[in-house]
Amino acid sequence: MALAALRREGRRFAPMISPRPITALRSSPLAPSLEDEGPIGVRYISTQVVRNRMKSVKNIQKITKAMKMVAASKLRAIQTKAENSRGLWQPFTALLGDLPSADVKKNVVVTISSDKGLCGGINSTSVKISKGLHKLNSGPEKETKYVILGEKAKAQLIRDSKKDIELIITELQKNPLNYTQVSVLADEILKNVEYDALRIVFNKFYSVVSFVPTVSTVLSPEIVEREAESGGKLGDLDSYEVEGGETKGEILQNLAEFQFSCVMFNAVLENACSEQGARMSAMDSSSRNAGDMLDRLTLTYNRTRQASITTELIEIISGASALEG
Amino acid sequence: MKGSGPPVATVLVASTVALTSSSSAEVQHVSFSTTSSNQVDMVIVPATTGQMGVLPGHVATIAEFKPGVLSVHEGSETTKYFVSSGFVFIHANSFADIITVKAVPLDRINANLVQKRLVDFTLKLS
Repeated sequence: MALAALRREGRRFAPMISPRPITALRSSPLAPSLEDEGPIGVRYISTQVVRNRMKSVKNIQKITKAMKMVAASKLRAIQTKAENSRGLWQPFTALLGDLPSADVKKNVVVTISSDKGLCGGINSTSVKISKGLHKLNSGPEKETKYVILGEKAKAQLIRDSKKDIELIITELQKNPLNYTQVSVLADEILKNVEYDALRIVFNKFYSVVSFVPTVSTVLSPEIVEREAESGGKLGDLDSYEVEGGETKGEILQNLAEFQFSCVMFNAVLENACSEQGARMSAMDSSSRNAGDMLDRLTLTYNRTRQASITTELIEIISGASALEG
Repeated sequence: MKGSGPPVATVLVASTVALTSSSSAEVQHVSFSTTSSNQVDMVIVPATTGQMGVLPGHVATIAEFKPGVLSVHEGSETTKYFVSSGFVFIHANSFADIITVKAVPLDRINANLVQKRLVDFTLKLS
């Protein structure tokens, strides 16, 4: 308190001298403290800049911490759904297998990404894999088209692959995800896009810290027949009798469409989980960084403040002792 | 019997989580998700060609089924489910996979509610 009084005393001299704050500002834009030098040489250091920075960093820390909590609660809600939906496509894979290496003429890459950002690198990895698939499946007579779900992949893929994009779907998560919505989506895709093989790229959710980019392949019935004839995993597909319907082909067509919608449902849920998990970890590291920055700024602020007090004290005391003689 | 399977059939039912609509409290809706797998004696599936009974040793088949009642016979007890359409894969080793979007145990369905909603939706559709 005495120091504050002394500080006030010191400041009373300042208005009598005309400081040149603007030039001082320009000379040291990055220095945490401002030094105003008047013509007679009285200095007082301003800590306003540091204080402003500290306030904004503290706000950022609060916001990122809140975002982490929100992401954690959303993750909890959607995680059970995703894990339950895994059983939906497993019988298909048991019957038909997953053949990512099937060589087909018309590939369609369905990239699933998020609409909102601040979720780490998961969207970039999905786009990277989609582009890789495109390159892998390019050649004479072969073509690859994109179907994009989510704003983030759209932004990245529209730059260089605009002509290859067939369909763009955004705002998927406006309503809670359910099978009906996804089946309508799958219907749209199947109606509008010609395909021999559909490759769905998404991030599979293994745990809160691990999201693995995955590709699920759904083949059209003609390709399934072709693969079945050539033996391998699908070789014993012919041993299955197909009940009902007029032709075997009709049932297999229904089968392929149902498989696609089941796989899509699972993929969309898993990607949503991965998005929330990635956002949690991104926001967590962000708030930790903000905390570190705040500590460093606090130290600088205190040092500056103490230095200015010391300076004023010295000046006042030396002035007083000079008067005494 | 085809193949040397054990004298039981294993049934794997996969269905999705249906809409847990917490807003409309009167809807006793599906909340039956997860895969459940058990060893049973017989399953009757509402295939598109009619009721199909699946016993151990059934020939390998892929069949589509329409919405209807699925009954699972285990010893002397029978559990009935209402299933929306889907597929059933019967494998040669006496395993059967039943894949459907919704499967509700019949005792959870309230008949009056179903009738009322049927009327409502028919009106909406026309």
